[in-house]
This record gives sequence, structure tokens and C-alpha cells, in this order.
Amino acid sequence: MAKRQVMFTFPRGLIKEPVIYHLSHKFEVVTNIRRADVSEDRGWVVLELEGEDKEIEAGIAWVRDKGVRVDPIVGDIVEG
Amino acid sequence: MSYATGLRCRKCGQEYPLQPMRVCDFCLSPVEVNYNYKAMAGVLSRKKIAEGPFTMWRYRSLLPVEGKEEIDIGTGFTPLLKADNLGRALGLDEFYIKNDCLNPTYSFKDRAVAVAVTKARDFGFDTVACASTGNLAASVAAHAAKANMKAYVFVPANVEPGKLVGVAVYKPNLVTVDGSYDDVNRLCAELAQRYNWGFININLRPYYAEGSKTLGFEVAEQLGWRPPDCVVVPAASGLLFTRIWKGLQELSMLKLIGPVNTHMYLTQATGSSPIVNAFDAGSLHVHPVLPNTLVTSIAIGNPADGYYALMVARQSGGGAQAVTDEEAIEGMKLLAQTEGIFAEAAGGVVIGGVKKLAAAGIIKRDQLTVACITGAGPRTQEIVSDVVRPFHVKPNLESFSEVLGVQV
Repeated sequence: MAKRQVMFTFPRGLIKEPVIYHLSHKFEVVTNIRRADVSEDRGWVVLELEGEDKEIEAGIAWVRDKGVRVDPIVGDIVEG
Repeated sequence: MSYATGLRCRKCGQEYPLQPMRVCDFCLSPVEVNYNYKAMAGVLSRKKIAEGPFTMWRYRSLLPVEGKEEIDIGTGFTPLLKADNLGRALGLDEFYIKNDCLNPTYSFKDRAVAVAVTKARDFGFDTVACASTGNLAASVAAHAAKANMKAYVFVPANVEPGKLVGVAVYKPNLVTVDGSYDDVNRLCAELAQRYNWGFININLRPYYAEGSKTLGFEVAEQLGWRPPDCVVVPAASGLLFTRIWKGLQELSMLKLIGPVNTHMYLTQATGSSPIVNAFDAGSLHVHPVLPNTLVTSIAIGNPADGYYALMVARQSGGGAQAVTDEEAIEGMKLLAQTEGIFAEAAGGVVIGGVKKLAAAGIIKRDQLTVACITGAGPRTQEIVSDVVRPFHVKPNLESFSEVLGVQV
């Protein structure tokens, strides 16, 4: 089992959609929210995903396809 | 000895022992080094610091390193120059350049990496690693060479080979990665979990961050132990900006300087300015962007310390200023042609930013302002190659006087 710590940034159009709920039902991924800030026009959620690597990958790809931006929680790792 | 007592989460306050660590286990926020300032205050003085070496290690007591010798390639105590020519051009009477181009691998990253590699050795790692396209990679490779440690440096495969010479010369294991920028990011995050390496910008990040404070210490000491009125800094992850502020605050807390009323201004290129965008929007959240700028050394779209940089800009009564790539290149040339300093494009962003802030009357003519020039120009000199317009003459006096219009 692998763990992945990520930040989801939601655009306005997706604020009302239960994306994280669907993520954990469509894929074998346990979602564990640690921090979040959601307002009426935008929102972000910092969470840990736990599952097999390929399930996490597929889940993240599905979330991205929905229009959510997915970033590693430490920010960009590649520096100048 | 070190006065560092442990790590503490910057968000929820959870405490941890000094160890390699990426983020808080509870809330996944950055952690930072905590110190026993009371004990530190009892032994530190201006005189004691002044007796130290003319490197960043004169501030060793303020850094989280233990008894053994530090990994030192001669970093720090770079010149703080009064820049009268450039000051005149910008309309500033008390204008200074902190020239961090003059570090051993030509950028401020040596400050941070010196502490991170020293800690890596203290923690028992035999290998250090980083993901970088330039300055950080060179610094890590150089320090690993000095420390007799193995180094792995990861870069996107599409980086121009010429940029990597200054890295490869120190003989690290240079790994080019097929794929996008995001792919390199993801691979390195996974490698950091798989291998027992000291990853400079991941599990050693809390220590890496502390090294950057020395730039703030030096500015205050070189001004005769006083904080400047304004500091202007380029921002990528935002880490350096927050640590210069922390450095000034620490000196004040230890009564080595007076109260800090410094206005902190950060500058970014408009093609990668998530922190400036948030500042301008009055938002507390830094929304990631996809970088699109020539100023590659600060092109970070999802800045790890963006929130904290935003807070420093606000709390200090400072601000955030973006400049276009054209303004940055103009700034590079202006700095070179008025003060004789060839900075990388990030330096041009700083000078372009100061120019705008001064023109708008935000930075006042009589305020003592320090612009931090954090990296040297030659690594990416192709972006100003249009300056090469030589006079072409035949090897005789007539031709010379004809072409240049000079009477022989």
C-alpha cells in the first residue's frame, strides 16, 4: 500500500460536486482530509490518499479529468 | 553547539525532534526549526559574531548544526555595495545591492545547501539529492564533492545541455528525466519515500530553509547592525523572502539590532507570479499557475512557501511586484551598465521591481533600500546575447578611425 499527499484545487464550477466522495467509491483509495478552505467561488483541500499505486494514479487522473488541479503538497520540487 | 531544540509545524504547532522531515504528520504543513533563544541570547554578541570567519558560518550559533565541522566551500559574507549610479537612475538616495552572485557556485543557494548538506552528513546519509534545472543542482553537486558524499541530481530531459556543464563538472550522478515538469516532480516525491537519501528540497527542507537566514543577518551587520527600511527580493518558492525576514526578527529578538520596521517587497516575473497575484487580489490562498517566463530560475508555479511569503509582505507593510520578461532583461542590463554586476534574469526582476516601486512612490527616495541579487548571469547569458554588437575593423589605424569615427 502506498500513500500520496496531495492538494486539490477546485474551480468554481466544481465546488458543489462531491469529487472526493466519488474518488473513494470509484477507486480503491482511502481519502483522509487534513486541511481545507472552501468558499463559494473556489476551494482547496489537502489530503492523503492511501491505496495501491495504480489505483492512486488512476484516481488522480480521474480527478484531473474532472477539472481539478492536483499538486504535491510540498509545492513544486524542481527548483531553479 | 547548536541551540536548535526541535522542529515545529508552522500551521498547527505540533512538535518533533530534529530529524529528516518533509511536512507535519498531522496537517501536512511545512515544519521549521525551533531554537532556545534565551540560551542563545546569553552567549551571542556583536563582538562574538565579528570575531568569526568571513563566511556565513560566523552565524553558526543561529543555525541548526551540531558540533562536527560544517561543510564549507567558502559561502557567504558577500559584498553589500552602495549602488549610487543605479540609485540615481531609479531615484533612490540610499540604494544598496547585496551581491550574492559572489558565492562559490554563483548563487544564494549555497547558503541553504551548506546547512542542508551538513545536516545530511550529521543524520548519517551518504547520498544527497535534489531536483533542479540550474542553481540548486550546481550547489548540491559542489557541496557533495566537498563532503565526499554521493549526489543524485534530477533534471527534465529537455533542459539545454549547456546549462548542465556547471553541474556536471562536480561529477554528481546527473539524471535526465523523460516527461513533463510535473513528471519530474512526481518521480522525485516518490524517490524521496523509497530511498534513504537526503533530498535537499524535500526531507532536508527545514534545514535548507535556515541557511537562507544568513543573507538577512549579513545585510543587517554590513549596515552597521541596523535593519534596512526596505528589502526587495526575487521570489520562487518564497522561502528566501520569508527567511530574510526571520533572520532580521531573530537579530532583533536577541537585541543585536533594534526593532525591525523593514518593509519587505517580493518580485516575480509576470509569467510566473502566483504570490503577486494573490497579494493583488487580497487573497490568503496562493493559486498555482503554469509558468511561462524566460526567468527560469524563479519559475515556480506552485510555491511551497507562498502563503508565508504573502503573510510577510503584508505584515511588514511591504508588497509584491511583478515585472515582464522585457522589464527583467532591461533590469539586468541596467544593473550591469551602472554597477558592473552581471546578474541572472532573477536579478533583472528585482531591479525592474525596484524601478516600478520607486516610480510609484511606494519606495521613497530617502528610504535605505537593499536589493538582493541572488544569482550570477553567465549560466543563462544567452538571454542577453543581443548586447554583442562589436565594431568590426581591419587591422590598421585608418580602418579603426573610419569605423569608430575617431581621429587618428
